Amino acid sequence: MLLSGLAVLLAAISLLWMFQGIGGGNREFILRLRGGKLAALITVAASIGVATVLFQTVAANRVLTPSIMGFDALYILLQSVMVASMGSAGVAGFPDIAKFLVEVGAMSMLAALLFGMLLARRGRDIPRTILTGVILGVMFRSMSGFLTRIMDPNEFAVVQAASFASFNHVDTTLLPIGAALTTAAIMIALWLSPRLDVMALGREPAVSLGLRFDTMVIGALMLVAVLVSVSTALVGPVAFFGLIVAGLAHGLTQSARHTALLPAAALIASILVVGGQWIFERIMGQAATLSVVIELAGGIFFLYLLLKGRIR
Amino acid sequence: MITVEGVNHQIGSVRILHDIRTRLPEGRLTALIGPNGAGKSTLMRLIGRLEALQSGRITVAGHDLATTRTGELAKIMAILGQNTAIASRLRVAELVGFGRWPHHKGRPRPQDRDKVSQALEAFALTSLANRFLDEISGGQAQRAHIAMSFAQDTPWLLLDEPLNNLDMAHARGLMTLLSELVRGQGRSVAMVVHEINYAAAWADHVIAMKDGRIMAEGDPDTVLTEAVLSKLYDTPVSVGRHRNRPLVLHHA
Repeated sequence: MLLSGLAVLLAAISLLWMFQGIGGGNREFILRLRGGKLAALITVAASIGVATVLFQTVAANRVLTPSIMGFDALYILLQSVMVASMGSAGVAGFPDIAKFLVEVGAMSMLAALLFGMLLARRGRDIPRTILTGVILGVMFRSMSGFLTRIMDPNEFAVVQAASFASFNHVDTTLLPIGAALTTAAIMIALWLSPRLDVMALGREPAVSLGLRFDTMVIGALMLVAVLVSVSTALVGPVAFFGLIVAGLAHGLTQSARHTALLPAAALIASILVVGGQWIFERIMGQAATLSVVIELAGGIFFLYLLLKGRIR
Repeated sequence: MITVEGVNHQIGSVRILHDIRTRLPEGRLTALIGPNGAGKSTLMRLIGRLEALQSGRITVAGHDLATTRTGELAKIMAILGQNTAIASRLRVAELVGFGRWPHHKGRPRPQDRDKVSQALEAFALTSLANRFLDEISGGQAQRAHIAMSFAQDTPWLLLDEPLNNLDMAHARGLMTLLSELVRGQGRSVAMVVHEINYAAAWADHVIAMKDGRIMAEGDPDTVLTEAVLSKLYDTPVSVGRHRNRPLVLHHA
């Protein structure tokens, strides 16, 4: 019910995005431009939304997001290390898609290793997990900051292109592969939904119910890593967006079932991003940045839910 | 039967269990008693595979924990630990429903729904079925968790201090229900108990632990004696009798 409502809303906003003010000019060109961008926005939004819900299930916490725990910082660090070690010419020599796949693979391994250890061992000790994650995030950011400072300015420009992408400058060369990866990751997450529901009970009940808990933690973190890699590669890091989306998904579905939560998160995120970008581009004439619009609107709604007691 | 052979366990450099070797009889209500820090919960958690076994061997109904898949074990035993805080927002009926997960893996069948409503009924939770866990009291939540383990419908039920947060009436109700499971349905129950008279009144088999070792085991009449209990708790206690069962008195 809620899901179909959200889907209809997203479809409406997408139509608005595609056809509003299209005029009589070169329709085909405009539609192709807008269509590409729409696909990119939805890919990124769905990635962030699903990644955050998955991550919160693994962490058994509603305040943590992959970006607070430094997932996107890890991706940027990976970029900086590649450019620093091989030079921008070396990096540019690789085909984009192969390079991206290698990055996603490396990112999944690292995330499973680092965060898997952190969450599997200290999952019950929430404050310590948060603190460690925040410190890791800062460490990744400073390490890539350090690397970019000592590298050649030309090479820095390559890293910068990756870390300061935005919703206005979507990296469309990676769009097909990114969309494919996102779709695959979301499908796997949906297939794992019953197990994710059990995992959300916490380690002890999940083990008692026969879930292979530690394997599930690693698997879910790898999915998060893939999704964050896609969204970061396409538009760069987005700070609190995931938190808002996950909060809205929990608040609106009023359910702990991942079959409802995951699609809701993907749809809500897409509605916010496409709607926000439309307002930003066509109404405000690019006079602000999208993240400001999203985080303002999303934040107000989040506060509303919080005050109404629909989010714990 | 659960067999425990040569189990040692340490956390950091602290030795929690020393070469534990024991058997928990089938079709009986077994109580683990002992002072704080005796290793009762650790032993229970090792049997329930909540902690990884460091040495030794444990079998449950003939299944070696080290070689049996955890999904299979979930149909043989249900364990309820002490850590019952849940991050997600669940209704009581949803929580109890998860007890059926080992059997249906996410696709509940009609018989699963029947088991869930039986469990809700048995633990007097039917009227609370649609309440969220954070909207009910600690004792009610405790009952909901036990009901989940009950709904798992396994030959073995392991409970780590299930009487926590329960008032006198519900604690007694739970013990009556557990002994009914044992006597009426032939299931086996093992539980860690702090209030010794619950063990005295309902247990068929008592294992007394101290400092990571088993100090005494056997039926309640042989274990719950003044000599054993005074040494176990380093406190003088006297044991009387009430309705032909031991009654432990520890008022100074």
